[in-house]
Amino acid sequence: MKAKVHVTLKNGVLDPQGQAIESALDHLGFSGIIGSARVGKYIELDLIETNKDKAKAAVEQMCEKLLANTVVEKYSVELAD
Amino acid sequence: MKSAVIVFPGSNCDRDVFTVMQAQGLNPQFVWHDDATLPEGLDLVVLPGGFSFGDYLRCGAMAARSPIMQDVVKFADKGGHVLGICNGFQILCESGLLPGTLMRNNHLKFNCKETTLRVEANDSAFTSGYKKGQVINLPVAHAEGNYFADATTLKVLQENGQIVLRYATAEGAVNDEANPNGACENIAGITNKAKNVLGMMPHPERHADAALGGADGVPLFASLLAKLAA
Repeated sequence: MKAKVHVTLKNGVLDPQGQAIESALDHLGFSGIIGSARVGKYIELDLIETNKDKAKAAVEQMCEKLLANTVVEKYSVELAD
Repeated sequence: MKSAVIVFPGSNCDRDVFTVMQAQGLNPQFVWHDDATLPEGLDLVVLPGGFSFGDYLRCGAMAARSPIMQDVVKFADKGGHVLGICNGFQILCESGLLPGTLMRNNHLKFNCKETTLRVEANDSAFTSGYKKGQVINLPVAHAEGNYFADATTLKVLQENGQIVLRYATAEGAVNDEANPNGACENIAGITNKAKNVLGMMPHPERHADAALGGADGVPLFASLLAKLAA
């Protein structure tokens, strides 16, 4: 089983990288298609644990303790086979 | 007086700060991040600048979970003095010893320049060598120096006098023009509530010798010696 973890900036936190990407996409002719861009991280974990509930709880603990800085970031955890 | 400089893989200001601490009589020793405990009888622990663990995941994130940091947190909780410079400040925020976090500079560029700073509080062992409101020059070198905390935290910092250094103009005005990275309220350095932990983005150890461009960092180390040497 795999855990797919997305870590993204909370709403309202300024994301200059996202703004730079947005502006570059504008230059490439995509203006009028995108509203805004936000940059985050994707972390994939291979799990040995086979109990889905236990795995999800553990990965959420990992997010709280290390994978995300909850001052400015939020996270989502998805389990997949 | 006994002090320690913690060395993480990727620290690169450890020798600079060690040299200055030695010259200022702080009697430093190096401690490796993988050690489980700090040496006995320390008065001061310094987390140096650099790029610990290559800034993997987030600046300071891995270093804050290094074995020695558990003992550094205990040391600080017991009232021991801890100074984090640049990457050290990021590590202090990641370890929870200081509130908020350091984000990417708002202009995305690496800052390597001289800044002018206004000393906002001189009631800690770190800053008693400065006058309140004094404008000093210290260099910065960072890509993630943009201090961020939510409005509630900023209010608490202000009310408790925990904001120690702000980016300012040469005349001491705190404004956007003087802000090199987009930091909330021009914050360059903060202490914890008990004022025994200081995190700062500017490098006092790089301005500790007039022959190397400035000596405005010296009072910080001299102040620590005066206050902590029993």
